[in-house]
Amino acid sequence: MNIRRFPLTREISLFVLAYLYLPVFVLIAYSFNANRTATVWTHASLDWYVRILNNPSIRAATWNSLVLAISAATAATVIALLAALATRRAFPGRNASETILRLPLILPEIVVAVATLILFVAVGIELGLGAMILAHTVFCIPFAYLPIRARLDGMSGTYEEAAQDLYANRFRTFRRVTMPLLWPGVLAGFTLAFVTSLDDFLTSFFLSGPGTTTLPVYIFSAIRAGITPEINAISTVMLVISILLVSLSFALTRLRR
Amino acid sequence: MAETNTVTIRGVSKAFGRGDAAVRVLHDVSVDIARQEFFTLLGPSGCGKTTLLRLVAGFEIADSGSIRIEGQDVTHAPPFRRPVNTVFQNYALFPHLTVEQNVAFSLEEQRLPRDQIRQRVGEALEMVRMQTYARRRPSDLSGGQQQRVALARALAPRPKLLLLDEPLSALDLKLRKEMQIELKQLQAEAGITFLFVTHDQEEALALSDRVAVMQGGRILQMGPPREIYEAPTHRFVADFIGDINLLDGEATGGGVRVAGGQTLPVQVSRPGPVTLAIRPERARLVAAGTGVMDATLVHSAYLGTATLHKLQLASGGDFLIRQSDPVQAAPEKGSRVGIALPTDALQVLQE
Amino acid sequence: MTQSDTLRRIVLMLPALVAILLLVGAPLGLMGWVSLLEKGTTAGVDWGSAPSIGNYQRLVWEEDFDGTLILNTNYLVIFLRSVLQAAVTTLLCLMLGLPVALWMASLSPTGRAVMLLLVTIPFWTNLLVRNYAWLIILREGGWLGMAVDALWPFGPVQLLYNDVAVAIGLTYSFLPFMVLPVYSVFEKFDWRLVEAAHDLGATRARALRRVILPVAMPGILAGSLLVFIPCLGAFVTPALLGGGKTLMLGNVIQMQFGPSRNWPFGAAISVVLLAVMLLAMTALALWRNRRSA
Repeated sequence: MNIRRFPLTREISLFVLAYLYLPVFVLIAYSFNANRTATVWTHASLDWYVRILNNPSIRAATWNSLVLAISAATAATVIALLAALATRRAFPGRNASETILRLPLILPEIVVAVATLILFVAVGIELGLGAMILAHTVFCIPFAYLPIRARLDGMSGTYEEAAQDLYANRFRTFRRVTMPLLWPGVLAGFTLAFVTSLDDFLTSFFLSGPGTTTLPVYIFSAIRAGITPEINAISTVMLVISILLVSLSFALTRLRR
Repeated sequence: MAETNTVTIRGVSKAFGRGDAAVRVLHDVSVDIARQEFFTLLGPSGCGKTTLLRLVAGFEIADSGSIRIEGQDVTHAPPFRRPVNTVFQNYALFPHLTVEQNVAFSLEEQRLPRDQIRQRVGEALEMVRMQTYARRRPSDLSGGQQQRVALARALAPRPKLLLLDEPLSALDLKLRKEMQIELKQLQAEAGITFLFVTHDQEEALALSDRVAVMQGGRILQMGPPREIYEAPTHRFVADFIGDINLLDGEATGGGVRVAGGQTLPVQVSRPGPVTLAIRPERARLVAAGTGVMDATLVHSAYLGTATLHKLQLASGGDFLIRQSDPVQAAPEKGSRVGIALPTDALQVLQE
Repeated sequence: MTQSDTLRRIVLMLPALVAILLLVGAPLGLMGWVSLLEKGTTAGVDWGSAPSIGNYQRLVWEEDFDGTLILNTNYLVIFLRSVLQAAVTTLLCLMLGLPVALWMASLSPTGRAVMLLLVTIPFWTNLLVRNYAWLIILREGGWLGMAVDALWPFGPVQLLYNDVAVAIGLTYSFLPFMVLPVYSVFEKFDWRLVEAAHDLGATRARALRRVILPVAMPGILAGSLLVFIPCLGAFVTPALLGGGKTLMLGNVIQMQFGPSRNWPFGAAISVVLLAVMLLAMTALALWRNRRSA
């Protein structure tokens, strides 16, 4: 008898997997359906993908989303890397620092989003791409921080001691030893921050000004206007990008060296 | 005056933690290590030996006292400004660099010309017979090979002093014996002072010119291996290194009276309770009544090169005798036997 | 040495602390202040208005035309629905997530890694898109609707735009938040304890109840909080799957900042939401302290 196996857990797990993935597969399948009504299957086609490529609003929204995600993820990764280096060893106040770093993760997003909206309007920051980059950077920090911190935790301090023993000063040690050993964590952190920003809807919804729609905001308003096969196609593209990037970051965090 | 010591450590103390939680790991330690000496810090874990090595390397800074290397005060210098290199316990070979790049690391940091770096890396790898592995990654090497690369990396910048932090502890017994011999040869070849840290007393005795036995942040005894082994001054040193028999007694004018009545002709400076120590191989098993005292034979174990007898003294204590005389048959278990103790083998211990 | 270390640490932490304090702390503080103000005529806030607790009163009472306060249950109902919906979702996530975490712990290392990835991926994919996928499945003429219609003899069934649809969507959205913390406990779990329990005569069910669940409790509570809090503030799921009929707190907040343009009232609801969240977190912290004491 395997003491770890409990009856029904396997069945429930398979059900949960189906629950998690069936809707996604249905969506992907429909995105290749030639029929306009989106529910009646006629034959496979790439029509909708061609259409979204030629849709100027989607192209503009995609561009905005990419600029936003790259800027926010870069800024968040740099900030998170510095914070991870600061919290590497125990010191009084480390727990407090980490709680503050996790704050954007714990708070309900809608509350932070509307609060940020109030602040930006009050101090006169114009809504739009700049405002979104600021807000996204902050909620991306914990996502970038966690993999970098995990990598640092798994890294023995003796490598840096060895480098200093071999005449590298602190800066050279960081450049030649710490960073090369840390980069899978940094890249994983950047990837997760990028995905988080790319997929964000709520914050962008409140902070996007006129003419700076992001892809999720565009999708939301399109759904409100009525379900169309184009939405299926653009949603599929977003899903696939997220899945690929998350798998990449997963692989990076498991990298040995 | 020309400095004859590589390392001069004077009155060094170190504590970790602050306030009430502070733990003192080194108490006023002073050591001189001569040029080209193989010097070993020996002791159980937590005795402060690794901390002392880390202070010399510069990974920790002493709270008080001073450390000089080749006459230069390095007490507060960072590791990269000390003419010292370290072989780490788990080698700490950079996993993202090849063997060659690992060895070249320090030479690049010292901004040596490229062709000189190549030549020195070649020499260092040749010294440890690892030339053919130059392009490999550390993760592709066995433990013994990693050990050699770590040595080559630490020797490549030609340090004044090489620090070795339990470098052999990760190897299996057979490999460890081989590496011990290699280390000794390497030290002779390179002509470098070695500061070696280990908890393995056999290793310390086999390799060192001098050994310092540490306990509780202090050096208890310092001297050549033979002296440490044969003339321990402390109960701890005697006990830590090899098997030992300890006899409690009372010092009188004529010698030491041990429990059981016999007085042994040992000179003691002042009267009072003392402890005598004797190695099992220096005591001899004799017929009852002909030795210094009698005991009961509890058990005999044949070890191949010798026979180990376990006796029970009249006082209740155990006594071990290691007899390397294969001809003599062991007396029967439970029989009364005598113990002969050569006077020159008896050591009077402090504490 | 330690002094320069402290300085280095502060300098390294500074960007993160400043960013979070300026873009999370300051907005929340300002929002607290705005919740005491009145709505503006053109903009969302009348910055000059005298602070009062009027917006919080409005959550429960309504001013009659002659000035008397009468009970207004509109917002209370939405508040209760949100809490109930969040609680039901948390329970559903627990009922599904616990067996999954248990099963994952019984797998080989490779199996665990694969399952971990499979459970994590939905967490990282677009929430909007995933809820949209359910919209397609549940809507009239969708394949699930047709299947249910075929089996259900009493006329067409409305699957979309009700509390059940919202519960399905919320559970779908937040299930990974339950599985991951519970699994992380099981991953470190010493299974010899279960062997010992069996050895001492406990059946499988008793071992589960008396050994495994108590050990998994911190993970279960952490997971419950991770599901409950975002559920309470959910906006996308009720907006897409609840239609206009089953509003939750998130939708009401959005309406105040959108069409109604009553920012102070929206701020007040947000403050209430934060307060409930803090209450839940404090309860958990107290429970943890009591347990460790």
